[in-house]
Amino acid sequence: MTNATITLTVDGRQIETRPGQTILEATEAAGVYVPRLCWMKGLLPFGSCRVCTVRVNGRPQAACTQPVAPGMVIENDTEELRALRRDLIDMLFVEGNHFCMFCEKSGNCELQALAYRFGIAAPGYPFLFPQRALDASHPGIFLDRNRCVLCARCVRASRELDGKTVFGFAGRGAGRRIAVNGEDLAHTDAEATDRAVAACPTGSLLVKRIGYAVPVGRRRYDQEPIGSDIEPAAAGR
Amino acid sequence: MAKPRVATASLCGCFGCHMSLLDIDDRILQLVELVDFDRCPIDDIKEITGPVDIGLIEGGCCNEENVKVLQEFRRHCKVLVSVGDCAINGGVPALRNLVPLRECYEEAYLRGPSVDNPSGRIPDDEEIPLLLDRVVPCHEVVRIDHFLPGCPPSADTLWAALTALLAGRAPELPYELVKYD
Ligand code: SF4
Ligand code: FES
Repeated sequence: MTNATITLTVDGRQIETRPGQTILEATEAAGVYVPRLCWMKGLLPFGSCRVCTVRVNGRPQAACTQPVAPGMVIENDTEELRALRRDLIDMLFVEGNHFCMFCEKSGNCELQALAYRFGIAAPGYPFLFPQRALDASHPGIFLDRNRCVLCARCVRASRELDGKTVFGFAGRGAGRRIAVNGEDLAHTDAEATDRAVAACPTGSLLVKRIGYAVPVGRRRYDQEPIGSDIEPAAAGR
Repeated sequence: MAKPRVATASLCGCFGCHMSLLDIDDRILQLVELVDFDRCPIDDIKEITGPVDIGLIEGGCCNEENVKVLQEFRRHCKVLVSVGDCAINGGVPALRNLVPLRECYEEAYLRGPSVDNPSGRIPDDEEIPLLLDRVVPCHEVVRIDHFLPGCPPSADTLWAALTALLAGRAPELPYELVKYD
């Protein structure tokens, strides 16, 4: 049934999709932006951040992992889901150490861009100020766990795109952290050109000696909210 | 009719937010037409003199004096605004929250590369405000009505917010004016 289409409804609008697509891919193809953080084009979906949560026939589901099915009734841009996503982003900010004011990724960071899009002017939760280890050992790459949101994009990109296994997770629960396949990053086969480094949505993995290359005002999310490339008409929310 | 009164203070900040306020250029002439300034580093009034309509707070709280000033502002200001990242999330000074307080003191007064302190003592004069164990955002100390992020918030952001507040509206800023850097 490769040519068959599947019809489903998103926020009251009917869209045609293909079997095998996820809700996230299908809605994106129809010009509907479902916010996402751990999902990245070209990587297997991971389903960890839950920023892409939609309601499918009333039940919360991760749009990035859930395949489409005929007749699905999907809620995406509702007050409830906007609040949920906003809270998730808010929590990621307070449970790490995100000093945007001097971060080289600022303006191009997906975490920050989601906070901007959701209109977060101040945190809704108390800051935890956790102790997280830096790794500046590598000549070309900087790993700052203070900014890590545990999305596993580096883990997956290293494995799936670079054919390496530089990154992985260690620890559980609140102690979970990104680990490298060696004593430190310098003792791995990581290279600054690895797709894994570019895959990081935050400033947790950065290529050294690039710094603040793009001036303020011209960075990726300075003028247009994240997702506006998918839904040109709704830019500005 | 009396003009609305505005008070401002820099707590644990770098005065960058105040510099950004001065950066509104010739709109500063409109501003002095529109409001009267109460306590503010620019006019050097040291204590709030009476009821204030809009209080602008730069910087978070890193010591007991910051907390007292913030509480004074909350008591006197109808509307209190956290201006800038330091007020909202501690900002750069909050980097010290990752270091034990004793180590901060020792680095500043005993071990730092430029320190010359033969007495080997950490100053404890009562004139010097005691540090809090960690830098805290203002809204964890008193109720804050509005937040203007940015390091600093741009002059346009401050102007847009101030004019909205003076018109009795909540500052609803366009996307490109809400930034964390
Ligand atoms: S280092 Fe970056 S890509 Fe890797 S898990 Fe952390 S935030 Fe995600
Ligand atoms: S984008 Fe779907 S769970 Fe993270």
